[in-house]
Amino acid sequence: MSNNLIILPIIIPIISGLVMIIIRNHTRLHRIISILATVLIGLSAVLLLEQIRESGVQILYLGGWEAPFGITLVADMLSALLVFVTAIVTFCCLWYAFSSIGAERERHYFYPLSLFLIAGVNGSFLTGDIFNMFVCFEVMLVASYVLISLGGTKIQLRESIKYVLINMVSSFLFLIAIAYLYGMLGTLNLAHLSVRVAEAGQGGLMTAVAFLLLIVFSLKAALFLFFWLPGSYSAPPAAIAAMFGALLTKVGIYAIIRVFSLVFYHQLGTTHLVIGILAAVSMVLGAMGSVAYWNIKSIITYNVVVGVGFILAGFASFSEAGMTGSIYYLIHDMIAKALLFLLGGTIINITGTGKLKEMSGLIRLQPHLGWMFFIASLSVSGIPPLSGFIGKVFITEGTFQSGYFWLGAIGLLTSLMVLYSVMKVFMSAFWGYTDVKEVTENKSIRGLLMPIGVLTAITIGLGLGAEVIHEYVDLAVAGLLDPNIYIDAVLQDSLIGWGR
Amino acid sequence: METYMSIVIGVLFTIGTYLILSKTFLRIILGTSIIGHGVNLLMLTMGGLKKGGAPLLGFNESSLNDPLPQALLLTAIVINFATTALLLVLSYRAYKVLGTDDSEQLRDHVQQLKDSDDEQ
Repeated sequence: MSNNLIILPIIIPIISGLVMIIIRNHTRLHRIISILATVLIGLSAVLLLEQIRESGVQILYLGGWEAPFGITLVADMLSALLVFVTAIVTFCCLWYAFSSIGAERERHYFYPLSLFLIAGVNGSFLTGDIFNMFVCFEVMLVASYVLISLGGTKIQLRESIKYVLINMVSSFLFLIAIAYLYGMLGTLNLAHLSVRVAEAGQGGLMTAVAFLLLIVFSLKAALFLFFWLPGSYSAPPAAIAAMFGALLTKVGIYAIIRVFSLVFYHQLGTTHLVIGILAAVSMVLGAMGSVAYWNIKSIITYNVVVGVGFILAGFASFSEAGMTGSIYYLIHDMIAKALLFLLGGTIINITGTGKLKEMSGLIRLQPHLGWMFFIASLSVSGIPPLSGFIGKVFITEGTFQSGYFWLGAIGLLTSLMVLYSVMKVFMSAFWGYTDVKEVTENKSIRGLLMPIGVLTAITIGLGLGAEVIHEYVDLAVAGLLDPNIYIDAVLQDSLIGWGR
Repeated sequence: METYMSIVIGVLFTIGTYLILSKTFLRIILGTSIIGHGVNLLMLTMGGLKKGGAPLLGFNESSLNDPLPQALLLTAIVINFATTALLLVLSYRAYKVLGTDDSEQLRDHVQQLKDSDDEQ
C-alpha cells in the first residue's frame, strides 16, 4: 500500500540542491534547475491531490518498516494542499529573486539553500512521526539561518543571531516535549500517539506536555510569541522574506493544527481555549503594530502576525465551519503574504526607502504595480470577491457557532485595522505628486512585476473560483474532524491483530 | 538511577539558563550547548535507563534495552552539533563586522544605526 510519490516533494529539492552545489559557478543553470525542481514538486503535489481525492489518505512506510515502528510519511488532503501551495509560492519567489537577489547572493548558494528550505517545509507537512517532524523543522531552520544571514550586512547579522538563538531554544523545548511523550506513551508515531492518548485519557500530565508543544509551535508560528518576527523578517531581501513570511510561520500553524486535531483533542475547553486566547492576543497586537508603524517592512511583518492569529482563531473554534475557514484562509494567507512581501520589496526597490512619509505618486510611474498593490491590500483584508473573503466568512461563522463571540468580533475588528494599515501604504506610496519625472521602466522592474502578477492572478482566482477547491478543502476538514480517518490509514491492519 | 539523572539534568539546565542570560555571545553559545546536553540526557532517561542486553537477535537475553531513544539521541546530537557550529561562525562574523560581542552594546550600536538612518 506504500505510495512512493509522497517522497518526491522532499527528495526533489534535496537532490537538485546537491547537484547545484557541485556546479557552483553556473548561476544560470542554478536558475533553471531550481525552477524545474519547483515545477516538479508542484506536479507531484497535483498527482497526490488527485490520488487522495480518489482513494483516501496516502501512506509511505520508509524502508518497509510498518507503521508504529518505522518512519511513516502520510499525505492527507491538508498536507497535499499545503505542499502544492508551497510549490506555487516558491516558484514565484525564486522567479522574483532572478532579478532582485543579486549576483553575489546567487553565487553563494541562494538557490540550493532555498530548495533545502522547501525540503524541510514539505517534510514537515508530510511526516507522520513527531520526531521526524523535529528533524524536518531543523532542516528548514538551518537553511533559514543561512538565508537570513546571507549577504552579511550589519542588520542581518544582528537579527540572525537573535533568530538562531530563539529557534535553538525552541528546538530544545521540542526535544523535551518529545522525550516526555515517549516516556509516557512509548511511541512517537502521530497516529499511534493519538490511539494511546485516547486509550489512557488526556490527563493533567498529558495536557501539560500538550502545552509545551503549543509553546514550541507558537514560537515557530509567531502565535503570540512573535517578538522575534518583525526584526528578523525585515532583515533579509524581499524574495527571502517572502518565502519566510509565506512558508515558515505556516509550518508552525500546520503543526498546531495537526497535533491538536489528531492527538490532543480531548480537552477542548483547556487547550483550544488557550489557542483561541493566544490567537486573539496576537491578532490585536499584530494589528496595533501594523497600524502604528510608518515603514513598509514593519507593516507587512506585523500583518503576518495578524494572519496567524486569524487562522488559529478558526481552528480554536473546532467546528466544521471554523476549520473550513482556517484551511481556506491558510491557503489564501500563504499566497497573499508572499504577494505583499514581494510588492513591498518592489516599492522599496523603486523608491530606495521603506519609509512611507518619503514616498508618493508612484502610480504615475508604475500603474500596474499600484493596481496590483491595491488588489493585494483588498485581498489581505478579506474584501470580496478576493481570496481572503471566503475564509473570513467561514472563520467568523465557526467562532460564533462555538460560542466564541469575542474571538469572532476581534477577528472582524482587526481586519478593519489591517485594511487601514495596507491602505495607508497604498495612499502614501501611490497617491500624490512625485518629483521623479522620467519613467524608469527598465528590464529588471518588469522581471519583478511578472511573478507578482502571477500571484495577484492566483489571489483573484482563489476568490472567484473557491468552488473549485471546495471539494479538496472539505476532504481536508473531514480528516481533521475525524482523526480515525488518519489513524486507520496509517495503522491499517498492523495493530488490529493484537489489539491497538 | 533515574533520580540521580534528573538531578544532573536539572543542574545542566540551571547552568545553561544562567549562561544564556549573560551578555557575551560566547557564553550564550556555551549555554545553549550545555542545555543541549541536558536535553539529550533527559531523552535517554525518559526512554528508561539500561534494563537489559543489546536488542540483537541471537544474544538470547531475557530482557532487552530500548534502542529507540539512543537512535533519537544520535540524531539530536548531530543536529545540535551543526547548529552550534553555525552559531559560532555567525557570532564570530558578527563580532568582526559589528565590533562587539556584547549583546547590550549591540543594542546601542543598532540604535545609533537607526538614528543615523532617521537623520538622512
